[in-house]
Amino acid sequence: MRTVVNVASGSALRIAVGAAPVAGGGVPEVLRIERLRKRYSSTLAVDEVSFGVRGAEIVGLLGPNGAGKTSIINMVLGILQPSSGSIEIEGIPLAQQRSRALAHTNFAAVYATLPGNLTVQQNLRFFSLIYDVANADARIEQLLSEFDLQRLRRTRCGLLSSGEQTRLALAKALLNRPRLLLLDEPTASLDPSAAALMRERIRALAVDGGCGILWTSHNMYEVQDTCDRVLFLSRGRILLEGDPKQLPRTHGAASLEELFIRLAREPLVEPHETARYPSARDASNTR
Amino acid sequence: MKLRPIAAIAVRQYYLMRSGPTRALPIVIWVAVDIILWGFISRYLNSVAASRINFTATLLGAVLFWDFYTRVMQGVTLTFFEDVWSRNFFNIFASPLLISEYLTGLVVSSIVTSAVGLAVMLLLATTLFGLKFFALGLLLVPFLLVLFLFGIALGVLASAMVLRLGPVSEWLVWPIPALLSPFVGVFYPLSVLPRWMQVVGQLLPPSYVFASMRAALAGQAYSVGALAAGAGLALAQVLLASWLFLRVYRNVVRSGLLARYSAESAG
Repeated sequence: MRTVVNVASGSALRIAVGAAPVAGGGVPEVLRIERLRKRYSSTLAVDEVSFGVRGAEIVGLLGPNGAGKTSIINMVLGILQPSSGSIEIEGIPLAQQRSRALAHTNFAAVYATLPGNLTVQQNLRFFSLIYDVANADARIEQLLSEFDLQRLRRTRCGLLSSGEQTRLALAKALLNRPRLLLLDEPTASLDPSAAALMRERIRALAVDGGCGILWTSHNMYEVQDTCDRVLFLSRGRILLEGDPKQLPRTHGAASLEELFIRLAREPLVEPHETARYPSARDASNTR
Repeated sequence: MKLRPIAAIAVRQYYLMRSGPTRALPIVIWVAVDIILWGFISRYLNSVAASRINFTATLLGAVLFWDFYTRVMQGVTLTFFEDVWSRNFFNIFASPLLISEYLTGLVVSSIVTSAVGLAVMLLLATTLFGLKFFALGLLLVPFLLVLFLFGIALGVLASAMVLRLGPVSEWLVWPIPALLSPFVGVFYPLSVLPRWMQVVGQLLPPSYVFASMRAALAGQAYSVGALAAGAGLALAQVLLASWLFLRVYRNVVRSGLLARYSAESAG
């Protein structure tokens, strides 16, 4: 635990920054990230981030645009190489054993749509082969049924509505029964009713399937409703970590959304960093 | 390497091919046009030339071989381009798929499409123009092998280039076979070229195939050693191209370009 100070309010908050693995009733971690860093020439996108995700746990990764959420997810998916730090999935080091580690992982992201020129069934077939899924036909039928995609099986994905594409993306993400699921704004294009149904399904995945889920979203209601724990990111660093239902009250905010806005606009800095700023307001203005 | 991920790449191509004629037709149209065009040119030259050269065998045979390695290369690049066009790199490279599995999948797809192209060329050249393709006998095996390996090397190299430079560099890929054709002596011996072009030609495995083909058809001795050197060179180029693809892949993962591929720049 490290103490950081809200430079705007001057209040000191005790928060977990780079905390050690949390013992959650002995449930082992499916993801462990240690001192992860990513630098793009002059920009530090992710700065010494450490955290874990346990099996059956849903962790929300929150933060304003450009905070480093997608960079972290890209690094966990092996599509972006960290500048330093380590990532382990199910205890398997990603840098050394990329294929083995990613075999336990899958993802759905709004910016990674499935090929629009393949049908729903063809896409599921293609990715079941990519993920080396045994008994793929049975698994595909199960997912088509589970996500209400049976009548769309011969429809090309490019012709699906946003909601249908999201359901398909999630079905694809579950093909290999991942132990770690990465969801980058999975409900961004869904109407409130469809989003609620999707959240229920994802929640069931964690509870019934024991899958660890790392979730990014800008919908604070959704995060509060779904996540067991949230990590607030700003400028590539974790500023705050905790239970989304308790965090707002703990930090004097009326809601998670209000806390998010406050953190996004007036980021916390560590005590030694306050010395650099002549005043709290100046500190805010420098950003 | 696992079989299912390799099969995935080929199965995806099969799905796309059967989805409509747009992808299937080009496999046969261009080779058919080439064979018919050069078939008639050969027939005309046979009728007007005073020499006893069989133009059908030398010209049409050369065009058939040239088209074959071009089809092999395009079999690799077109399969790769499907991932570019459908913006599928994120899904592909964020999976457990190994680069070796991906490249093998591209090669398997190319084997199928280039075999179809070869079959169409043979059908037209033998039935319409009387090309005695199989008169080359067992020599066909090393000829096709060298050309196949070289086509694979070119395809993997071109894919690495597009992976590094972004989607728009696809336009640099199409003219590659035409750019190489003057150097490999499709229709003439390398000896007619300037010295520097000969040196380039000697580094290109198809040169050895075209030279051996002309020698065999003229009833002259051909160098088995030169043909073996061509095969060795082609194999080395496949390995070199694969290594280069892997290097480019690691580079774009490190720079962040792969995650933002359509931007064509990580900066």
